[in-house]
Amino acid sequence: MILTNIDSMPGQRIVQHFGLVQGSTIRAKHFGRDFAAGLKNIVGGELKGYTELLQESRAEATSRMVAQARDLGANPVINVRFTTSSVAQGASEILAYGTAVLVE
Amino acid sequence: MSIELLISIAIPVFLIVVGRVVGSSIERKHYASIEDREARFHGQPALSTKQSDPPGAVRSASLATGSVVLSVDHFKRFLSGFRMIFGGEVRSYSSLIERARREAVLRMKESQPDAHAYINTRLETSTISSTTGNEGIGTIEVLAYGTAVHYDRAKGR
Repeated sequence: MILTNIDSMPGQRIVQHFGLVQGSTIRAKHFGRDFAAGLKNIVGGELKGYTELLQESRAEATSRMVAQARDLGANPVINVRFTTSSVAQGASEILAYGTAVLVE
Repeated sequence: MSIELLISIAIPVFLIVVGRVVGSSIERKHYASIEDREARFHGQPALSTKQSDPPGAVRSASLATGSVVLSVDHFKRFLSGFRMIFGGEVRSYSSLIERARREAVLRMKESQPDAHAYINTRLETSTISSTTGNEGIGTIEVLAYGTAVHYDRAKGR
């Protein structure tokens, strides 16, 4: 399924709007990664474990959103947005939302 | 007693020195890598506007994302502690944020390297907190996402 974060699908006409679709996931870091990150904190630089963790959870949120759009019979999801909020210490919620539409 | 005192001072000082030496070398390497890769994407701009440049000439569009989690070193964390007392601009963190943003935009571009432009690029920054409390200070995640577009015409417009 094609996703964009602009208001339209270029070159295609939107024939039907299905409204908002969303997918979210709340992830906690696991201890091993937190420990490695603690060491990395001394010298700075990228914390690869966290980067991967957040990418995985963003992919999960996106696939939930796409599943919802597919159930509605949409083909692309336009105007996709991502937000992150921390729910508790060490746990964060990743939300992906967008507008499910049908194009010709 | 005095040995205990010595150790309790020596360990933080050691961490700060290690952070200063290794941290600045990591930062230099990162800047070099960023500049090198940015040069490669010259002519494939990330735009914050929704309108693609030659209107109506877009062949395909799809979402591109890139993210990075970056942390400051102990030395800069230590410096920023002083800044928290006196107030003012925290310069030691500005290079962290700048590097993270540029890196995230580059990763967004690298996820779809053959696109002609990346329109409606958004940057989102969030802080990473640690389960144990204060340790996560100075760790941020930057997400860059936008719509990678291919124009019908050649790249030269």
